[in-house]
Amino acid sequence: MNLRAVWAIYRMEMARAFRTVLQSIVSPVISTSLYFVVFGSAIGSRITEIDGISYGAFIVPGLIMLSLLTQSISNASFAIYFPKFVGSIYELLSAPVSYLEIVIAYVGGAATKSILLGLIILATASLFVPLTIQHPFWMVAFLVLTAVTFSLFGFIIGIWAKSFEQLQLVPLLIITPLTFLGGSFYSINMLPGIWRTVTLFNPVVYLISGFRWSFYGKSDVSVGVSLGMTIVFLLICIAIVAWIFRTGYRLRN
Amino acid sequence: MPSILSISGVSKTYATGFTALKEVNLDIERGEIFALLGPNGAGKTTLISIVCGIVNRSSGTVTVDGHDINRDYRAARSLIGLVPQELTIDAFESVWATVNYSRGLFGKPANPAFVEKVLRDLSLWDKKDAKAITLSGGMKRRLMIAKALSHEPRVLFLDEPTAGVDVELRQDMWAMVRRLREDGVTIILTTHYIEEAEAMADRVGVINRGEIILVENKAELMHKLGRKRLVMELRSPLTAIPDTFSRYALELSPDGGQLTYTYDNQAERPGVASLIRDLEAGGIQFRDIDTQNSSLEEIFVNLVRREQ
Repeated sequence: MNLRAVWAIYRMEMARAFRTVLQSIVSPVISTSLYFVVFGSAIGSRITEIDGISYGAFIVPGLIMLSLLTQSISNASFAIYFPKFVGSIYELLSAPVSYLEIVIAYVGGAATKSILLGLIILATASLFVPLTIQHPFWMVAFLVLTAVTFSLFGFIIGIWAKSFEQLQLVPLLIITPLTFLGGSFYSINMLPGIWRTVTLFNPVVYLISGFRWSFYGKSDVSVGVSLGMTIVFLLICIAIVAWIFRTGYRLRN
Repeated sequence: MPSILSISGVSKTYATGFTALKEVNLDIERGEIFALLGPNGAGKTTLISIVCGIVNRSSGTVTVDGHDINRDYRAARSLIGLVPQELTIDAFESVWATVNYSRGLFGKPANPAFVEKVLRDLSLWDKKDAKAITLSGGMKRRLMIAKALSHEPRVLFLDEPTAGVDVELRQDMWAMVRRLREDGVTIILTTHYIEEAEAMADRVGVINRGEIILVENKAELMHKLGRKRLVMELRSPLTAIPDTFSRYALELSPDGGQLTYTYDNQAERPGVASLIRDLEAGGIQFRDIDTQNSSLEEIFVNLVRREQ
């Protein structure tokens, strides 16, 4: 295994995050704070507790997931799309690096950045609302699993995209709506029957539900199902990445 | 000694149906400077991209120092350095970071002293902390070379290395290529500047429409395919070439003061002696006489034209 190459790519990706610290870290922290001001304080003060949890505290896991999903996708998709766009990908393709090493480095870098971001949002949230984490191990497990899965998903989008527009298309048109409709700001039990059933087809519901359970021990769907769905999505992403590399799809053709 | 790079029966047809390479066979000797010439779209870059692992080939095999570029891609690729035609650098990285990144990518342990030497050799040391975006075109080109040399390759591909580069930098690059060759690095360069191939290459390959149409030792090629010109300055100008000289390929300059005879220097009877005798017999006297060899450029143009 070419560990030096993995480290070189990973370090380069992390350096990019620190170079664009305003965009990578500060802006999500500001937008999260705004969510708390608007949803937590202004609207939340008029909403009663959900499942015995104050509304401000209830939305914290959903908010972290919202950032985790969007940032994992954008970090990883941009990281692989940008060298493709400027042409510097030639170096990666001509280096003695296996596909697995490329994925570990890029997905590792993207996931690390979004996990750090998730933890920063968690710390920011703790300034606004009292937080409890009942299952810290599972909290970290969901955090890491989700970050890795969606970084893989972002990597696939980055390879598939032929333009900046396509790069934005999936996150904007699919991921953001799914996240907002996935129970970030409400419990799906609050929805009328038919919509509750429809919502169960949204994979993000399982991520948020499982993650919220790790905080408060309460969930919309069983935690085992949440974990299972996350792993299924992870395996689907791995299968697609394996296919991309086997065929050289949009990389070596 | 077996060749360092062996390309055998390599073809490439893109998804669009365009066939860029047809059954290419080519062996590159260890330590030589090989110039690959060809018009635009001839398949030079596709061939290099296949050897370097950037583009998948449709068929054929390629080995680098005996290592198959697919089965043993790590060993094969770690021997190769590539300087592509386009200036494609991550614009926001510093010179130092991007060169060290390249070294790491090729699995080499960090070696700041070596990277410093590469940057100094390429006159980039005082720019080591500058971002790539702030460099001039010539410096970016040198940075691309520094990246390719950072992992100490044994085979270096230079794809149009001096395109858009000023004369001074071009001379510097030629000197650098010769130094690398002295260190035992095999160099394969593609170029539009035939003078570059003429000045540096040991062997020349000509590719046209995806096919290698000729591979030859440069000196032999120029000897074999070169044509010679005999230029005679006449004592008194002629208005036209007399009909008695129609069997010679003669050209008269517009002012009538210079007569040029073009001939094949490989021919059994190039006709120089008989021409001079006939000129004397015809009363045409000359004050000076000069012979010129055709350049590689003329050879190349003739070859490609013949193919078309």
